[in-house]
This record gives sequence, structure tokens and C-alpha cells, in this order.
Amino acid sequence: MAKIVGGICTSHIPAIGNAIAKEMFEDPYWKPFFDGYPPVRDWLDEIKPDVAVVVYNDHGLNFFLDKMPTFSIGAAPEYKNDDEGWGIPTIPPFPGDPKLSWHIINELVKDEFDICSCQEMLVDHGFTVPMSLLWPERGEDQIKTIPFCVNTVQHPIASPKRCLDIGKSLGKAIESYPEDLKVVILGTGGLSHQLDGERAGFINKEFDLECMEKIISDPYHYKDMSIHELVRLAGAQGAEFILWLIMRAAMGETVTKVHSNYHIPISNTGAGLLCIDNAA
Amino acid sequence: MTHTQEPIFGTTFFDGEMAMKGYGLNKMCYSFNKAENREAFLKDEEAYYEKYGLTEAQKEACRKRIALDLIAEGGNIYYLAKFTGILGLSVQDVGAQMTGKTVEEFKQMLVDAGK
Repeated sequence: MAKIVGGICTSHIPAIGNAIAKEMFEDPYWKPFFDGYPPVRDWLDEIKPDVAVVVYNDHGLNFFLDKMPTFSIGAAPEYKNDDEGWGIPTIPPFPGDPKLSWHIINELVKDEFDICSCQEMLVDHGFTVPMSLLWPERGEDQIKTIPFCVNTVQHPIASPKRCLDIGKSLGKAIESYPEDLKVVILGTGGLSHQLDGERAGFINKEFDLECMEKIISDPYHYKDMSIHELVRLAGAQGAEFILWLIMRAAMGETVTKVHSNYHIPISNTGAGLLCIDNAA
Repeated sequence: MTHTQEPIFGTTFFDGEMAMKGYGLNKMCYSFNKAENREAFLKDEEAYYEKYGLTEAQKEACRKRIALDLIAEGGNIYYLAKFTGILGLSVQDVGAQMTGKTVEEFKQMLVDAGK
């Protein structure tokens, strides 16, 4: 049977894509951020997961406002990256696992979640930046991926409760898959940031640090929070924290922290990294 | 329409009402994912605005490059970033403009948030 071995949350700011392309790992601005990743890569090297389910949000590469699904899941043999308009270099496609994708889609719909299935899906920086941070070297045997895209562009956005619920079903779906696969779940985006309006530049360190702690010990702390309240506390784009909730709810009740890092600022964002092991 | 809760300072909820208002503007910005469209825009901005059916207020906000006006006219920041990217502006440049700060002041505010 498939087993969820762990979860990783990481910010996915586009500027990181450029910093990787320019290899600015030792640059004083970037070093405190990039230095967070080697311990997580060591953990991945040890665990060697077969598949990564990447819970992320699209920022206007695959989806436009003509069609804006709340939850969409890739079911393709590969996922291409493409030009997002402002200069992150396009990187090679990521292999998929369509059989596992369809299993997840079938199980989630059985659990009464309405999913938009995608046999073609472009993946933007929300997906590619975390993949590049966690698996900088990609060979023939690179990890397979399943993009799990959540609308955070246009309100109404799925509530924290809805995200915890679908995350729990996602976990159940993966662990009912008959093949022996090790699956890691990524929750990308966040933490607090706001790009738009007179409140641009808003960062809430206290809220972020609480998220980093509660996501391990008590993710259901956020169950009754509204999106409005989340925007107030985390900033307009900090609502991406719901993606971390989906990841966490897919894990078991008790998890162990492998590594964490938090650094302000990367671009306009409080950048968080959290790696948890699902073996209680 | 879909959003009736207490306003949050300096924050526009991009809901159904704003998504309808800004549809043409956002569609124009979305087109900038393609290099040939970015070139076409730079060659003839006015023709490009016409092609996407921008309102006069949206055109004026684009011409003047005023981010707060673009948001008020229904622009969504994720799509607008593709427009400001053509103009060579970073999110800190745009943030500084919207908050009435210099870019240095805006960047310092971000650093200070970590203290």
C-alpha cells in the first residue's frame, strides 16, 4: 500500500526562482533563506519518496478568470512549466503519475469533493520553486509529481475548514492506493504577505510563528477561522496558508518535526519552511 | 456582492464583482505571459487597450501606471504583476508606489517586520 512518509511546507515566492537561476545561495540577502533547505534535502535523500503531491496555487499561468476551479488535480504523464511574463527562466517538465492521480480524484469525489481533473496542466512558480528548492538535481529517476491546485486568486476561496477536510480525504485516498509507494506532500506558499493596496508590505511575524508551531501540534486550531480573518492576520496573499492546512490534514494526528526555518523578508514575504515526518 | 464583512484597511477583496469589473484588464495582463504579446503591447499600447476592450478609466490607470487605480478598476495583483513586469517594476517598486513610500523606505519596512 502507498504510505505518506511526510510533508514539507515552503514559501514559493517568484524571486526565489530568479535567485536560484543566478545561484545567489551565498548572497547575504538570500543566505538565511537558502540555508534552511539542506537539512530537508538530507531527509529526502534518506527517505527517498517516489511521488510528491504538490498542493499549490496558480497565479495566472494555467488558469485565468474565464474558468476558476476551487480544487483541481493534474492527471497527466507530465507537467510543463512556461513563461509567466516577468522573467523567471522556464524549467524542464516534471513527470506525473496519472494512475495515482485518478485514484485520488475518484476517492475525493467519492468523499463528496468536486474536483476539476486536468489532463493538461501548466505548473507555475507556486509548484516549480518548491520543487527546485527541494530537488535541485533532477536525473532520470526524478520524483513523480501530482499537482493539486487550489484557487487563491478570486474570492470566494475555500475556507480553512474545507481545506482541512479535503486534506484529510487526500491522506485517506493516498493510503488506500494498492501500490507500494512512498508519498510526500508539499504545501506551498505563505506565510504572511500582501502585495496589493495601501496595506502592501504587511507581514505578521507573530502570526507566522504561531502557524509554524500550530501546524504541527494543533492544525485544527484554524478550523473555524474565516478567510476574511485569515486575510486580516496574514495579508491578502497570506491566505495561501490554507495550502499548508491541506498538507497537514493529510498526515496522521501526531507528527514529528524534522526541520524548520523562518526568515523575513524574502521579497514582500515572511518565508517559512517546515518539514515533518509522518511516522509518529 | 459576495463580500459583506468589516473592511480591512488598504485591502480589496477580489470577488465576483471585482472580477467582472476587471475582466478585460486582467485578460490583457494574462496575455502578457507570451513574449510576442509583450512586444505587441510595447509597440502600440493604445491598440492593445482597444483589443482587450479596456474602459476609459482602466486605460487611464494603465497609461499613468498607477497601481492603486488599476486595483480599483478591477485589476488583480497576480495579473497586474505581469503588466508591471513589462515596465521593469518589482513588487517592491509597486508596493512603494501604493504605500506612498520610497522604494528604500518600503524595503526597510519589510526588514523591520522581521525584528
